[in-house]
Amino acid sequence: MAEYLLEMQGITKTFPGVKALDNVNLQVEQGEIHALVGENGAGKSTLMNVLSGIYPYGSYEGDILYEGQVCKFANIKDSERKGIVIIHQELALVPEMTIGENMYLGNERGHKMAINWTETYAEADKYLRMVKLSESSKVPVNTIGTGKQQLVEIAKALAKHARLLILDEPTSSLNEEDSRALLDLMLEFKKQGMTMIIISHKLNEVAYVADKITVIRDGKTIETLDNRGAEPISEARIIRGMVGREMTNRFPKRENVAIGSVRLEVENWTVHHPIYPERKVVDDVNLYVREGEVVGIYGLMGAGRTELAMSIFGQSYGTHFSGKLKIDGKVVRQRRSEADAIRHRIAYVTEDRKGNGLVLSQDIMVNTTLANLGAVSKFSILDKDREHEAAMEYQRKLNIKTPSVEQLVGNLSGGNQQKVLLAKWMFAEPDILILDEPTRGIDVGAKYEIYCIINDLAAAGKCVIMISSELPEVLGMSDRIYIMNSGRMIDEMKAEDATQESIMTAIVNAGRGD
Amino acid sequence: MENIAPKEAVPNQPMNPRASGDSTEKVLAVLRKNAMLIVLGLVYVFFLIMTGGNIFKPMHMNLIIKENAYVYILGCGMLMCMLTGGNIDLSCGAFVCLLGSIGGYMLVNLAYSSWIAIALMLLVAVLDGCVLGYLIAYVHIPPWIVTLAGYLSFRGLGTQLLAVASPKTNAIKIPKTNAFLNIFSGTIFKTKPSELNLVCAITGAVLAAVVVVSMFVIRRRRIAKGYSVASLTSTIVKSVLSAAAIVVIMWQLAHDGGIPTVLLWVVGVVLVYGFITGRTTIGRRFYVVGGNREAARMSGVNTKRIMFAAYLNMAFLTALATMTVMSRLQAANSQMGTNFEMDAIAACVVGGVSASGGAGTVMGMVIGATLIGVINHGMPMIGVNIDMQKVVKGLVLLGAVVFDILSKKRDR
Repeated sequence: MAEYLLEMQGITKTFPGVKALDNVNLQVEQGEIHALVGENGAGKSTLMNVLSGIYPYGSYEGDILYEGQVCKFANIKDSERKGIVIIHQELALVPEMTIGENMYLGNERGHKMAINWTETYAEADKYLRMVKLSESSKVPVNTIGTGKQQLVEIAKALAKHARLLILDEPTSSLNEEDSRALLDLMLEFKKQGMTMIIISHKLNEVAYVADKITVIRDGKTIETLDNRGAEPISEARIIRGMVGREMTNRFPKRENVAIGSVRLEVENWTVHHPIYPERKVVDDVNLYVREGEVVGIYGLMGAGRTELAMSIFGQSYGTHFSGKLKIDGKVVRQRRSEADAIRHRIAYVTEDRKGNGLVLSQDIMVNTTLANLGAVSKFSILDKDREHEAAMEYQRKLNIKTPSVEQLVGNLSGGNQQKVLLAKWMFAEPDILILDEPTRGIDVGAKYEIYCIINDLAAAGKCVIMISSELPEVLGMSDRIYIMNSGRMIDEMKAEDATQESIMTAIVNAGRGD
Repeated sequence: MENIAPKEAVPNQPMNPRASGDSTEKVLAVLRKNAMLIVLGLVYVFFLIMTGGNIFKPMHMNLIIKENAYVYILGCGMLMCMLTGGNIDLSCGAFVCLLGSIGGYMLVNLAYSSWIAIALMLLVAVLDGCVLGYLIAYVHIPPWIVTLAGYLSFRGLGTQLLAVASPKTNAIKIPKTNAFLNIFSGTIFKTKPSELNLVCAITGAVLAAVVVVSMFVIRRRRIAKGYSVASLTSTIVKSVLSAAAIVVIMWQLAHDGGIPTVLLWVVGVVLVYGFITGRTTIGRRFYVVGGNREAARMSGVNTKRIMFAAYLNMAFLTALATMTVMSRLQAANSQMGTNFEMDAIAACVVGGVSASGGAGTVMGMVIGATLIGVINHGMPMIGVNIDMQKVVKGLVLLGAVVFDILSKKRDR
């Protein structure tokens, strides 16, 4: 048996209602780069959270062997002490603090209560050079770009004497150039003997950098591929493992949907960042949607898709708006009000269902009727029977699995929560639905059901805008696709003309243009 | 090729069907759900034993109601504030002092008629509520800071006014003949304590009957529509207990002159706010704002307006509470309203209102307020000194919250 630095054996982790991990095995050799791939919600992040002690020992089944010893981590500190350091997808830096302060946050240099700032900054500078950053560690983090911030995160991990570095989607918010620099840095670290696990959706990057690739699907380990041969492994080969089936039947067909006239038009739409008003988040965007049409908006993280959607929905995001919003050819008066948007029959189904979508402490009924209380009340007095019936109707329609509509939404699985969120907005009887990552973090079966719902909405003559980070989903579901990059619409394609390659090329080319 | 379309619509089965034989588990769940009510019962029995049954006497029952009327009224307002996200109003006790002084000044020094005085007091309260509400909802100053400013300044203002109005005593005495007193205190169809007050007794019987019948009617209707219902036993137990409580209280009151006027105000306020929180879209918005403010906003709820309304409403109810307290004291003085805000907060917290917002009911608050009221009234009766009374109250508050959190943990 080869020398493994890390072995995870038979890891099973259950959340109320969902088995997130089911007997997962992962073996990482000393000094290799091991990639973990799988669809959204396949369980990659959960597995890493188990490894790093975010889900403490006892909350899962199975064993973690690190250097041959069984580990029982109670929290992150425990795993970090062993040299296992995780860098999360979302940057966890405090923008106002300096690079040095950030790097040693919670891990301060000095003794007892006194912080030794000289040592802090000297050490920090040393690690910054290791990640090829020339900045001084006394510079506040918010003065450097996202690409460099990602490198600071890595320097921070090194400062913790990392021996096993876990990078969760490290390049998701980086442009092509920064991504390549980061990957090359990883290869350099490998030469110096560092062991790394990388989680990524970008299969070309995985194929470029990884020695071994473990594929996870629906919470199970599917296979581990060796990528040390002369030829890098093909993306198609990885995808086969990830989806476990041919791609043909993932998206239900939309049949006989007549695409009608233009309902929603957005012209020269510009929105500025609410905190940094000098920054344009959405830049001179034009788009339109027709009746019965599903329009996909694709873009990388940080492209401004959510910001665009929210600003269209009652200016619920941003400041200094300019441009025109037309519904059925008539210009909509600009006002900051979500209620106004709902009155204009626009719905925004958020990507962040727990953050600004659902009231988890309330039941399905309360959540379903929330955006259209007028329909279940008279003179502000609720008709509880009507409310109950409405909730049950949508529960049946969307096949929400629950004992009763009086079940708290917080107790439902992700897929069912997403359906409640959809139910809420369908109950608001919108003409224009903006679906922001409608299938994020839900299992394959529920995804299929959501696609069917989207098709039904289109068939009912609604306009659907679907924002998604998953290329196959955008390609499989849209009639027309807009491609967004750093706040601008860079391209528009008919679905039948678009391919993964053409979309990615458009984004890469736009990035080069900068 | 794997077909990933769902095979069959899964019938709606309960996620965790409870074993029908597991009756101890069921009993425990019922106990947990009604824990504060049970604690209230136990505390009452404790005082019954310790006072040799004295606390059950009509006079004491009457006093507990009159002494605590303000807690129920302020509690409704505090509940609405807390629902929006655990926000509290620290200024209401001090505002009682200020508003009482203004009211007393108008009634006695200026000799205004009661109705004009009431109208002007409400106007002042609305002004106060608008200012506080505006600062909290639209200027985004944390509620506790805004109301702390009120807490510090209102009593000072009130005391100043009292010093002007009545330089010798620093208090305004409202003469017994003043019509104002009859609106908020006194007794309806008053009889001698030795006689049975028929109006009171009959009202009690009718109310009890109405409660029992309506409980069963509601249950029948829910069954007819196929909604989930509590078991028959629990409905029977619930209706019998509430009917018994009403009958006993009214029977005792009938032996102490009749229904105190202030009880009508309290019941009125509690019913109105029970209705608002449970059955109106306005109440619903308070819950969702507290449950998830961003989700409420993105669903078209004007969250700022809800925050504003919470504090405007609080000021309005504070005015009502002030009038009942002035009438009971037949005076306005610089000490009135002391710690009222704490009593109202405690009633809510003990009654299970979430300290982070989004959960809590008027009924829970009523139970909490009654528990505190019984403890407040019972302790001096068994000779607990005033310092220890404070200790006990503090521990009850802490115990309630600890219990609440622990029982929720076990539910999961």
